[in-house]
Amino acid sequence: MKDMSEGYVTADGRQIGGVLMEMKNITLRFGGVVAIKDISFDIRDGEIRAIIGPNGAGKSSMLNVISGFYVPTEGEVWFKGVRRGPMKPYQVARLGVARTFQNIALFDGMTVLDNIMTGRLTRMKAGLLSQALWYGAAEREEIAHREKVERIIDFLEIQNIRKTPVGRLPYGLKKRVELARALAAEPKLLLLDEPMAGMNVEEKEDMSRFILDLNDEFGTTIVLIEHDMGVVMDLSDRVVVMDYGRKIGDGPPEEVRNNQDVIDAYLGVAHD
Amino acid sequence: MANRHPDGDTPRSIPALLARNVKLHGGLPAYREKEFGIWQSWTWVQAAEEIRALALGMLSIGVERGDHVAIIGRNRPMHYWSMVAAQMCGAVPVPLYQDAVAEEMAYVLDHCGARFVVCGDQEQVDKVLEVEDRVPEIKHILYTDKRGMRKYDHSRMNALSDLQAEGRAGHYRYDAELDARMAELDYDSTCVMLYTSGTTGRPKGVVLSNRNIIETAKNSAAFDNLNALDEVLAYLPMAWVGDFIFSIGQAMWTGFCVNCPESPGTMMTDLREIGPTYFFAPPRVFETQLTNVMIRMEDAGRFKKGLFDRYMALARRVGPAILDGKPVGVLDRLNYALGGLLIYGPLKNTLGFSRIRVGYTAGEAIGPEIFEFYRSLGINLKQLYGQTEASVFITQQPDGQVRSDTVGVPSPGVEVRIGDSGEVYYRSPGTFVEYFKNAESTASTKDPEGWVATGDAGFFEDDTGHLRIIDRAKDVGKLSDGRLFAPKYVENKLKFYPAILEAVVFGAGRDRCTAFINIDLTAVGNWAERNNIAYASYQELAGHPQVYQMISEHVAEVNASVARDPMLSGCQVHRFLVLHKELDADDGELTRTRKVRRNIIAEKYADLIAALYDGRDSIYTETEVTYEDGRKGAIKATLRIADAVVAPEGRMAAE
Repeated sequence: MKDMSEGYVTADGRQIGGVLMEMKNITLRFGGVVAIKDISFDIRDGEIRAIIGPNGAGKSSMLNVISGFYVPTEGEVWFKGVRRGPMKPYQVARLGVARTFQNIALFDGMTVLDNIMTGRLTRMKAGLLSQALWYGAAEREEIAHREKVERIIDFLEIQNIRKTPVGRLPYGLKKRVELARALAAEPKLLLLDEPMAGMNVEEKEDMSRFILDLNDEFGTTIVLIEHDMGVVMDLSDRVVVMDYGRKIGDGPPEEVRNNQDVIDAYLGVAHD
Repeated sequence: MANRHPDGDTPRSIPALLARNVKLHGGLPAYREKEFGIWQSWTWVQAAEEIRALALGMLSIGVERGDHVAIIGRNRPMHYWSMVAAQMCGAVPVPLYQDAVAEEMAYVLDHCGARFVVCGDQEQVDKVLEVEDRVPEIKHILYTDKRGMRKYDHSRMNALSDLQAEGRAGHYRYDAELDARMAELDYDSTCVMLYTSGTTGRPKGVVLSNRNIIETAKNSAAFDNLNALDEVLAYLPMAWVGDFIFSIGQAMWTGFCVNCPESPGTMMTDLREIGPTYFFAPPRVFETQLTNVMIRMEDAGRFKKGLFDRYMALARRVGPAILDGKPVGVLDRLNYALGGLLIYGPLKNTLGFSRIRVGYTAGEAIGPEIFEFYRSLGINLKQLYGQTEASVFITQQPDGQVRSDTVGVPSPGVEVRIGDSGEVYYRSPGTFVEYFKNAESTASTKDPEGWVATGDAGFFEDDTGHLRIIDRAKDVGKLSDGRLFAPKYVENKLKFYPAILEAVVFGAGRDRCTAFINIDLTAVGNWAERNNIAYASYQELAGHPQVYQMISEHVAEVNASVARDPMLSGCQVHRFLVLHKELDADDGELTRTRKVRRNIIAEKYADLIAALYDGRDSIYTETEVTYEDGRKGAIKATLRIADAVVAPEGRMAAE
């Protein structure tokens, strides 16, 4: 593998920076079950990093470790050069990490706009009273936040459903709204858990374009779990491959694609 | 009006009109666009500054006199400004349909020899780059939306806003040149080139001069008393002549405000927010709106539904008469006013028609019930008849003389005559200059005296002097027994049923007529829901026996109505089938303006047509479909063919 201590340049000419997050010898156990076994890898500033693997390989667990939701049984997580201890969700959010979920987690009764506005909650500073009366600072603050949210709505092309309750939307659009809410937090690191699951070809193409555009436009570092191999190979700069909680491959898509272990474990061994 | 438009000193180009508007209406809004959830507006003074900056920028990248500047994007002020800026430079704007696939785009770009292309966003830029090797003339690509464009080659691709900055910075260098070029523009310079949608064969570039556009705008604005305070919503394709006349021609002539929606999906919301006073829509839009209203009323409570039905019945009875200023009883008038408070007002507000003064529809026949519905609410919806080659207007309906089955009287300045074959001819100041690089077609369409064949067959009603169009002249054919065959006449009758989205009738040279039917998924889907009919796909719903039953009843009703017309009684539909897929412009079955392409459909579905005539009651078929990104797939289906109830013919003879 290339030496990448000072970052690298991708195939399409993007400059990738230094290490943003480093996972050192992570092991995660639930009682007797070992979900993740001694995995190390890093995430670099500005890259699109995919985690792939067969069902039950431990991908979502890994994402939960990255997001700070799970504290690894063994091993260290370093973020922006600081070792990270156990954290509350709001602390994670303030550090600049946002995520979407495999099973959409939105407020069904609220409009798209309100749902996305919740993504800005950690950045709202006005006091309770001022918020309740919607006066002075609270009003100014809401207008500023609304502007940010409108830019995201424009970016993700969901103007036409701005005022629609989320519960009435089809699945593909809900996914997009969830992405919008994650973006509203202006994350440094964005975690996407199967962003294309259950989508048709056109929705997948749209979502891929949004992911590439937001990486390009805002320089957001993205970690994504995805089953659609075509999508993974097209989108990501580097891929971690997991199988039964172990890491069996790590590198650029074309390298991983030709890795025999990966082919055997993930794509299946020919039975003949 | 008279002082505003001194006729002796008519500005003779669009840029000259712009300069006049800055003087006359400088502080009035000229353009609005909803962006980031808020309406942004530009006054005539601001718009003129933006346009000039664009034009200066265009000079800086070498736009020459006579160059063609293609514009591909949705309705946005920046795109309208690009067209005017191109005119200022002495170049010719060529707006293209933004949903055209790369293949169609390549032909047009190559044909007009576009050296500069203005794209709305990355999607359009990618399409142009995809066909670039076949269109070697393209020198520079400009775009409005910067998103996703960071990695492109910026030595020959720039954002329009950056081009404006360049123009502003370099204005000392380019001001004199730009003023010189604007001074050269006159009534005979080309104003715009528009490609016809090409119902038959390759699209043709229609060259329209400043005279065509300005004279037409002047006449049509006077006809409906349009003025600088009117508001329009620009949402129809920019490549369509109507949008050019409304959003550039009439807007520049009268100084009214052009409002651009936020995105195609928000059009209805934006319509409601703007409340235009002057509105154009193809019948399809009115149909969809009415269908939506009816669907929602079906779901309303009994009280509301009852009130709605009661007052709509009243409106149907007296509404059109009140609109036309005819005598109506005092009681009815009072009741209608109450209805306005309870039903019509809120309904018009929901539809975005609260302020509408003049509404037009054209392009296809509109169903009488749909037409009456809007007129009964007090919406002055009228019909016009026109085409690209005429700068739109050939005939239109004057206030107070509106009917659903005519297209009105000749527009001011237009002469109309009916040829021996029944074809409609016209001659007007709006008549196009020529087809670009196609002298042969020009000669066969426009005779030396300036008469243009419309390709439509029609006749003037003796008592009213209104024109009635029956069909495309070339589609009007004969059945094998010599009786008249006018497919569109029957198709339109079929399409007036909400359940039927599209119909294609066959029968030329055959002994009887048959039809393909396309169901309307919204209407039929809702109907299915209310009747507890389960379905998993369009295809399944289309083939459902109860759907067939319903369509059968509609066909029988249409047959009964066709049989009453002695001329066209041969056109009754004897057998029909419901298609398993929606006819689609991407598959070449419809034009971009959603007109049926008969030949292509006949060719593509030859197996189905054969089955309609050989008496089989079902047929297995595979159909190729094209997805939006150009990939192809196939749909397989077994279609049932149904016999229709045919009414006895020749009732006229019996009566």
